[in-house]
Formats: sequence, structure tokens, C-alpha cells
Amino acid sequence: MAVRKNQATLTAQEKRAFVNAVLELKRQGGYDTFVSTHNSFIMSDTDDGERTGHRSPSFLPWHRRFLLQFEQALQAIDPTVTLPYWDWTTDRTADASIWGADFLGGDGRSSDGQVTTGPFAFGAGKWTITVSPDNRNYLLRSLGAGVADLPTRADVDSVLALSDYDTPPWNSSSDGFRNNLEGWRGVNLHNRVHVWIGGNMSSGMSPNDPAFWLHHCFIDRLWAAWQTRHPDQGYLPADHTQDVVGLNDTMKPWNDIAPAALLDHTRFYTYDSAY
Amino acid sequence: MSERTTTSTDLTRRRMLQGAAVALTAATATAVLGLTGPGAAPTAAAGLEADDSFDEVFQQRRIQGMPMAAGGHHHGGGAGTGYQVLIDGQELHMMRNADGTWISVIDHYRTFSTPRALARSAVNELRGAALVPISV
Ligand SMILES: [Cu+2]
Ligand SMILES: [Cu+2]
Repeated sequence: MAVRKNQATLTAQEKRAFVNAVLELKRQGGYDTFVSTHNSFIMSDTDDGERTGHRSPSFLPWHRRFLLQFEQALQAIDPTVTLPYWDWTTDRTADASIWGADFLGGDGRSSDGQVTTGPFAFGAGKWTITVSPDNRNYLLRSLGAGVADLPTRADVDSVLALSDYDTPPWNSSSDGFRNNLEGWRGVNLHNRVHVWIGGNMSSGMSPNDPAFWLHHCFIDRLWAAWQTRHPDQGYLPADHTQDVVGLNDTMKPWNDIAPAALLDHTRFYTYDSAY
Repeated sequence: MSERTTTSTDLTRRRMLQGAAVALTAATATAVLGLTGPGAAPTAAAGLEADDSFDEVFQQRRIQGMPMAAGGHHHGGGAGTGYQVLIDGQELHMMRNADGTWISVIDHYRTFSTPRALARSAVNELRGAALVPISV
């Protein structure tokens, strides 16, 4: 069983293996398909229309499936690789090791926001942005510029305490765990982290920054943590519901898997520890 | 559009003074952005009238917002928002949230109270880069 680890605990060898697999997937052309798939969903997921990947109950199972597909693509290149997660409640500064030159590289430079350190710097020659809303082809970050602080452990705990998985109208105005985790309501966890990183991560093409996967892996782990805290609660809506994915409805773009089959992550992988 | 390749501050100042947004010359970033930011309580959007338009120069870029005929086939207009924003004539893909706030493809994880605030933030994020059509 694959074990997903805290990125802060990875050995130099494990970091290298992850980075090299990502770079190889990019070189082969497969990486950018994930970027465009993500963007096409985020642009078409609307509060009053069909919504699958975002602002809807299936935000969590959709990204779980999306991450599994990405992890499998990495494992086709290097079977030892699993997705690491980034616990931004503890590694919460621009000089944390995640932003080191041996891993994701650092902040963008002040002149143009371009990341110039690490394996994903444009100057390193292996990371050209091709799916973008504008004509820049280099990775961009502005750590801490869009919002000063990452969510705290107390913020996370307050969201994990919410007992309803989701509530009508099942969109960005809902109460409940999913929308408070996604961040359209309340203390704002997931959305805030995208904004804190800035640059590509604040756009609909956020997977252009490999930090996307480590962030969403932690979001995925928080879903599991909520399940442990609320064993009598489950995915909602349980029934067919207009415009959103019910418990047993299959999800686009795969059309072969429903949230019900994704509720138990231990069928696919485990985490090195529970949150 | 020539604005995006222009770096001269004199030219910038002249354009700004010629533009409709004189009062905005010295304003930058969040002070004028109408950001309904992370961690903050959701901000109720200012009412957007059907004929609410703007056309101004902000940070050397021409930004325009205008209502669009409802039900048009034009995809980028923002999922039936009935509104369109252009930066130097290029469409900024945008979307309206259930609470009336706005997001764009440039700022997809934070909300703005008006299309104008959304456009100004996108200009700041673009740092002179040009929007390109999005292929989905
Ligand atoms: Cu997403
Ligand atoms: Cu995300």
C-alpha cells in the first residue's frame, strides 16, 4: 500500500524522486493535460449550473480522483513515488523547506514574480508554462502577498468540528464542512492557500505550480480527518440532486466512479499519520 | 494594444490624465480593489445595474466592463453572468458567485465586490502581460 508522507519528512532521495517524476511527466507532455482539465472544470463549475470539481459537494471526491490519476501517472515513471502533503499549519513561512532549491523552489522575484530557484524555475529549462490565461511562460509565485497568513491549526480544527458534510444549495454559499474547507465561507482554508502562494496558484490553471498537488494532498487528508471525527456523518447529497453530484452519481470527466467509491481513501493509499 | 509594452512613466501619467480615472492615479493594490478577502466575512456585492459600464485606464491598461446580451453563445463572458470585462480589448474570463461577488480566471480563489475591482486586480497580477484566449 502506497503511503503518502508529510513533505517536511522526505529524505533528499525522496524529494529528488518526486521532482524527477514530475519533470519527466512534464517532458512527456502528460503534465499539461492535468492543467487544462483542471481549468476547464473550474471555469464551468458555476453556482447556478452544473458543478463538479469546485463549489459543490464533489469538490473533495473529484480532487481525490484527480490526485490519484496524477499519482498514477508519476508512478508509471517511478513506482516508488507517492504524493507528499504540505501541512501549511506548521510549515507556514516563505523560508520553509518546501520552498527550498532542492524541492519546489522559492518565491517569485520582485521584478516580475518569476520563480528563479529550484527545478521548476524557467531558467532551469524544464518547466515552461503552456496552459495559461496570459502570455507569460514562466512559473509565478508571490508568497504571502495576496493574503498575509496561512490558516492556523485552530482554523483547521474549527472547520473539522462542523458536523454536516454539505448543505443546500450545495454551492459557494453553503454552510457545512465542505464549503468551509473549500473556503468560500468561514475562516477559509483551501482557497486562502491558493491566494497565499499567488501567481499561477491563484489562477484557474493552478496545477501549473507543483505546489498544487501537495496542497490538495493535505486537503484530502483533512477530509479523512473529518470522517474520523464524524463517524455518523457522510457524503451529501445522498440522492440525485439538480446540477450536483450525488453519492452514487458518476463524476465527469471519468464517468466511471461515484463519490461512494472514493470515501475510503485506504482502498488506494494511506497517510503516514492522521491529522 | 500599445499600453502593455509601454514602460515610460511620463507616458503613463499622460495616459492616466487623459483617461476617465484621474482620481485613481495614485491608488494601488488592495486599497482600491474591493477585495472580499480570505478570512474576512463574505462581503455583499454592490448592486450591479444592467447598464453599469466602465471604461478607464488603470496602471497603463485599458479596462472595460459592460453588460452583455443574456444567453449569448459567447463562452468567455462568464457562465451566464451577462457581463463582460476586457483588458486592452482582450476578454477576462469571469464568473459571478451566488452571493453576488465576482471571480476571474486570474483570481479564481478570491472574490471581488465589483467587476471593476476584479479587472484592476487582474491588471496588477498581469504585471504588463497580455491576456490570451483560453482553449478549453
Ligand atoms: Cu481544483
Ligand atoms: Cu485547489
